[in-house]
Amino acid sequence: MTDQKPTGQKTTAGKSNGRQAAQQQPAAKTTGEKRLPPTVDIDALIDDPKTRVIVCCGSGGVGKTTTAAALGVRAAERGRRTMVLTIDPARRLAQSLGLRELGNQPRAVHADGFDPKGELSAMMLDMRRTFDDMVQAHAGPDRAEQILSNPFYKTISTSFSGTQEYMAMEKLGQLAATGKWDLIVVDTPPSRSALDFLDAPQRLSTVLDGRIIRLLSAPARAGGLGIRKIVGAGFGLFAKVISAIIGGQLLQDASTFVQAFDSMFGGFRERASQTYTLLRSPGTAFLVVAAPEPDALREASYFVERLETDQMPVAGLVVNRTHPVLAALPANKALSAADELDRASRPPLASAMLRLHADRVAVANREKRLLARFTKAHPSVAVVGVSALPADVHDLDGLREIALRLAGK
Amino acid sequence: MVTSPGPQTANWPDELARVRLHVVTGKGGTGKTTTAAALALCLATGGRRVLLVEVEGRQGIAQVFDRAPLPYVEEKIAAAPRGGEVWALAVDAEAALLEYLAMFYNLGFAGRTLRRMGAIEFATTLAPGLRDVLFTGKIKECVGRTDDKGRHRYDAVVVDAPPTGRIVKFLDVTKAMVDLAKVGPIRGQSEGVARLLHSGDTAVHLVTLLEEMPVRETLDAVDELNTADLRPGAVLVNRTYEPRLPAEQIASAASGRLDAAEIGSELGSVGLDVSATVVADLIAETVEHAARGDAALRARTQLDEANRPTLTLPELTDGVDVAGLYELAEALGEQGVR
Repeated sequence: MTDQKPTGQKTTAGKSNGRQAAQQQPAAKTTGEKRLPPTVDIDALIDDPKTRVIVCCGSGGVGKTTTAAALGVRAAERGRRTMVLTIDPARRLAQSLGLRELGNQPRAVHADGFDPKGELSAMMLDMRRTFDDMVQAHAGPDRAEQILSNPFYKTISTSFSGTQEYMAMEKLGQLAATGKWDLIVVDTPPSRSALDFLDAPQRLSTVLDGRIIRLLSAPARAGGLGIRKIVGAGFGLFAKVISAIIGGQLLQDASTFVQAFDSMFGGFRERASQTYTLLRSPGTAFLVVAAPEPDALREASYFVERLETDQMPVAGLVVNRTHPVLAALPANKALSAADELDRASRPPLASAMLRLHADRVAVANREKRLLARFTKAHPSVAVVGVSALPADVHDLDGLREIALRLAGK
Repeated sequence: MVTSPGPQTANWPDELARVRLHVVTGKGGTGKTTTAAALALCLATGGRRVLLVEVEGRQGIAQVFDRAPLPYVEEKIAAAPRGGEVWALAVDAEAALLEYLAMFYNLGFAGRTLRRMGAIEFATTLAPGLRDVLFTGKIKECVGRTDDKGRHRYDAVVVDAPPTGRIVKFLDVTKAMVDLAKVGPIRGQSEGVARLLHSGDTAVHLVTLLEEMPVRETLDAVDELNTADLRPGAVLVNRTYEPRLPAEQIASAASGRLDAAEIGSELGSVGLDVSATVVADLIAETVEHAARGDAALRARTQLDEANRPTLTLPELTDGVDVAGLYELAEALGEQGVR
């Protein structure tokens, strides 16, 4: 890992600085709020030719995929050659991008009424095929065959908890290396924690580095010097137990796999570290996605802290599905008028409208409070709220609408 | 979206009242943890002892009960109305494996070193399903545990389980383990776990929102559970709200057929003089509200395809705090959960 200069997070809080694509919040409808966080200027971010990769990350169910797809559509329409790498899109969203099946190759998005100035391609990650391709590229043909047919490889390439994240990074690295796109928007895998995207590759790497597998499959020989001394007799017993639990055959397969994999491991790790460097480069922007809910914002907060620790550039926080107040009318005034209308036995519509407005004020206040907590902890992180659409998005028009809201229009 | 009150047993039939292991799943973001916590409180009401278990390592239970992160021990986390108790446990795969090793193999002191080396994490991630075997094994142990008088330690166990996409894989660990563990205590144990999970003692409840995608996932999960011979329990519709608009006006309001002049004069009739802009903005809010209500009605109809007892949890305007959990538990109780 190359050490990189801090990207400016430590400069004056709230001031815009290049990579954060931030600007001061324009005077909004919401008066009375004093210290608003800076706003993410999405158009500046996607128009900037220096922005090469945008990573959308956040916990599950917050709308990462939709955000990534909407950014892709907007960037393409604004003239950039854009690629959207999605991991696990909902079926109808995938269809709206013309992705009807898993394909490990990018496809150009064509649709009626979609005639972007730039280009838009999209693909869904097929992690097994990405892994296969990588093995084939790095091991000799004989070795590759040996690895691909190993039962343990099947397990690790499809079921290991970090493989999807690793392969998403690998694919990102490949796509970036082709130079075919000026902007790649990446959606991250649905994991229990957004941090997995950064940590999982390390876990996979630990497994593949094979030290532990060798120890477990041949504890008598391989432990040799250091570790056996520390763990002593306990390790032999442990290895026996592990082998009894997961089966000696699996360990044997694992061991064979690791030996075959050994020759390409250097290349493998190098790739991973290159991709990691790409993530830390100034051309990469992380957009942390959340919903106005305590859990999602807490995850977002962890993730921002982690990105800052790792000196990765945080472009901002996208808060999806907010419910901002539209009508400038105090809730108490609306409620007392509603009471009056009811007392006068007027038709129920106007009173209902006033009450739902008061509800909306309450929801908006709650969302503002939740967001204020995040902002207090991370005053320099730019924020953009995307107000909720009444229905799920699954066509280009819907994505365009989301994109408009992202861009603050 | 009023659920007709009807006979209470229709919402929570005897087959659910008999269940001792309640598995709560749902699409990410639907409020699984909150719902599981409310269900545990509701089941404990009236003097029962219920254990709430989480398996994803998110410390979600501690968060909804506003507590410090839970260690890997069972502890009382809340008092339920009329003498009940909710206990909580955050199962941790590594701790469970060490406990298991200590139990069957007397592997004591080396455990910590192995853990530091990452060997335990390695073992639990190496075999897909081993984690889940450990989790479900621990859950079974909690469900089956008895005191010295032979009475169950917990009257019911509620699990905040993995999301719908992974639930069948999580519960159906035996299939994965048969290939991996041909003999040994884990084999025997996982067979016992499978018996429990496929029995009438277990129900898998599905948390959803009245939105298109969560409903779709719920219906898919019901099919998957049925196919795997697991038992779907109730559908728990989270964050429902009463539309403010009269039912017959929702559709027309959703399509924007609202007369600004008329509304302006209605407001004026009670002395609320607002600008045309405010009226237009109120109309925009109303159209959104109606459109959402309309989509929710459609989702509710579609949810009937699941053919499961369906209960609702109201949206809490102020968000979920501990008091809110009691409110939700009460709502479940009023709908027949027992």
